Amino acid sequence: MSLDTNIVSKEKLPSRNHVLLSIQDLHVWFELRRFGFGHAGYVRAVDGVKFDLRAGEAIAVVGESGCGKSSLMKTILALYKPTKGEVVFDHKKHSELDNAGIRWYRSQVGYVQQDPYGALAPFMNVRQILEEPLIIGGVKSREERLQRIRKSMEEVKLHPVEDFLEKFPHMLSGGQQQRVVIARAMILEPKLLVADEPVSMLDASVRVEILKLLRGLQEKHNLSVIYITHDLSTVSYFSERIFVMYAGRLVEKAPVNSLLQNPLHPYTDALLEGTSDPDANNALTFKEVPPGEPPSLVNPPAGCRYHPRCPRVIQGLCDVDAPPEFEREGGHVVACWLYK
Amino acid sequence: MTEQTLLDVKNLVLHFKTTHGVVQAVDGVDFTLDYNKAVVVLGESGCGKSSLAKAILRLLPRNVGKYSGQIHLQNVDTMALNEEEFRRNVRWVGMSLVPQAAMNALNPVLRVGDQVAEPSMVHLGLRKDQALVQAGKMFQHVGVPNDFLSRYPFELSGGMRQRVALAMALVTSPSLVVLDEPTSALDVLTQANIFNVLKRIKKELGTSFILITHDIATSSELADDVAVMYAGQIVEVGDAFRFFAQPLHPYSKKLMASVPTLRGKKELEFITGQPPSLIGLPQGCRFAARCPARFAKCDQNPPVVEREGRKVKCWLYAH
Repeated sequence: MSLDTNIVSKEKLPSRNHVLLSIQDLHVWFELRRFGFGHAGYVRAVDGVKFDLRAGEAIAVVGESGCGKSSLMKTILALYKPTKGEVVFDHKKHSELDNAGIRWYRSQVGYVQQDPYGALAPFMNVRQILEEPLIIGGVKSREERLQRIRKSMEEVKLHPVEDFLEKFPHMLSGGQQQRVVIARAMILEPKLLVADEPVSMLDASVRVEILKLLRGLQEKHNLSVIYITHDLSTVSYFSERIFVMYAGRLVEKAPVNSLLQNPLHPYTDALLEGTSDPDANNALTFKEVPPGEPPSLVNPPAGCRYHPRCPRVIQGLCDVDAPPEFEREGGHVVACWLYK
Repeated sequence: MTEQTLLDVKNLVLHFKTTHGVVQAVDGVDFTLDYNKAVVVLGESGCGKSSLAKAILRLLPRNVGKYSGQIHLQNVDTMALNEEEFRRNVRWVGMSLVPQAAMNALNPVLRVGDQVAEPSMVHLGLRKDQALVQAGKMFQHVGVPNDFLSRYPFELSGGMRQRVALAMALVTSPSLVVLDEPTSALDVLTQANIFNVLKRIKKELGTSFILITHDIATSSELADDVAVMYAGQIVEVGDAFRFFAQPLHPYSKKLMASVPTLRGKKELEFITGQPPSLIGLPQGCRFAARCPARFAKCDQNPPVVEREGRKVKCWLYAH
C-alpha cells in the first residue's frame, strides 16, 4: 500500500518522447459586455501559455483560484475556443477538427471532475453512467458494452462489480463516487487524462487511495495526465513536472524535485512557504505571505503580473516589461527578470 | 478543573432522531481548554466534529434525541441555563462561532460594517455609532482596511469575507471562539494569511480557540492541543507537540500517515474501509473493524488511559 515516491521510472515505452499535446501561445479571453451589448474589455483568463506534454507524462498545473487554470483546462478539453494560439493533439490541430473530429478527440481525452457528486447524474445508476460514453463512442453490441463496463470497474477497484452496477450515486461514498468518475473517464481508453482537483473534496484517508489509483492507471496505460490543483503537497506524489500559473501565465515550469528544492520564481517561493506540513512548531511562528491579492484579469498590471506583490521587484524593469521565459539547467524554465 | 481552565466539557452527548434511527453524532466527549489556548478537533467528514461545535454552542436543530452532559465555561455551568439566559450571557459574550463557509454566511444586502456592529449592539447594549467604532477596531485586528466598513459582501474577496466573519465573532470580545473549517474553501496564501491573523489575535487579545477541521497539515498552525474524533468520540486528546511527533491511537497514526508532506518525503498510506455509520454503532471500540492492531479485547468499550501527556481511548495502552 505504499506509493513509489521516486516517480519517474526511466524505462518507459519508446513512444515516451512523442509529444502528445502541444499548447502553442494559447490565449483565452472572455469578452465583457455592458448592458448585454457594447464592448467593455476582456477577462484575460489565459494569456500566452505554451508547453508540450509527452506521451505517458504526468504534469501538474498549480495555481490559486482565478489564475486561469480551469480556463486552460476547458480549452484543452475543447469546451472553449481559444482567442489566439493553438492546441495540437497528436499532430492534429483543434481548430481544424470537424464534428466527427471533435467526437474522436473526446474519446481520446478523459476528464475527472472535482466534485464527484456534482459530476454524476443523480437519476442514472452506475451501469447507465458508464454505458453512455460507450453508446456515444459507437459500441453497438450490448454484450461488449457490459463487458467493458465490468473491466473498467475492476480497474478502479469497484468490486464486486455486481454490487455497484445498479446503484445510484447517492448510495455511494465520496471515494466510490470518485472511482465511478474515473472509470467513466477511462472507459474509452483515452491517451490523455485531465484531472481537475480530483481529491480536494475527499477526506485525507481516501485522498491517498484515489491518488494511488490514478498513478497506477497512468503507469499501466502509459497515460498522459494533466493534474490541476492548488495543493502543492500532493503534486510530488503524482507528477513529473510542475507548472506554476499566476494571473493567466505560467511563471515557472520545472521537474518536481527541482521546483520543490530550488524554486526560482518569487511567487513559487511564496506558495511553498504558505504550504504547511503537520508540525507543532508551525504554531510558534508567523508565515511570510506576500501582501495583496492576485490581480484582476480584466486589467492586469503591466510588466510582470506579480510585480506589485513581489519582494524582489526591480523598479523600472519588472513594472514595464513582461519577463520572457529564461531556461536554466535541468529543464527548469522561469519567467522572471531576476534570472536574465 | 484548575484556575486556568476556560472550558470544561464532560460526557457531552448529542443524538439526533431520524427516520432511519438515532444518529449518535456526539457520544460522550470529554475535554478541557485553558485560557489563551487553541485546541484542534481533527476528524474525517461525518465523525461528529461540527455537531460537537453545535452542542457546545447549543445551536441545535429540531430533531435532537438526546442532549446531555456538563459544559462549564469560566466556571459557569452552561447546561443549567435556560435558553434565554444562555443567549444573553453565553452566546457572543462568552463564546462565539465562525460557521462553516462563513464567507458565504454574510447577509448580501447589508453593509459588512453594520453586520459586524450588530452583535455589540444586541449583546453589549452599545449605540450604533459606538458599535461601528468597535467594528472598525476589530477590522484592524483582522487586517481589513477601515473603509471596507461601508462595503457589501460581494465587493470583497473570499479571504476578506472570511476576515469579516472572524471580526464579527470577535467584536464582543468573547474568551472562546469556535472556528468550523475556517479556511477549507480558501487558497494557500489566503489560508496562510488567515492563520497569521488568528495567531496574532490569540497573542494580542488572549482569545482561546476551538478549531474544527479535517486539514491536518494547516491545523498545526494554531494547535496547542489536538483532539482526534472518530465516530462521535474523542479517541486521543493532548499536547500538540507530542501528538505531531508521535500519535498514539492507531487511528491517529493512520490519519497522520495519510497526510502528504512537502518537505521530507514519506510513504503515504490510506485507511482501508469506511468510517461506521453513526446509526446503530457496534459495541466495543468503534475503530476496531479498520484497525491493524485489533485484538480480542477490542470487542469491549476501551477505557480512556493517560499516556505521555495525552488521553487515549484504546486497549493497547490499558495496562
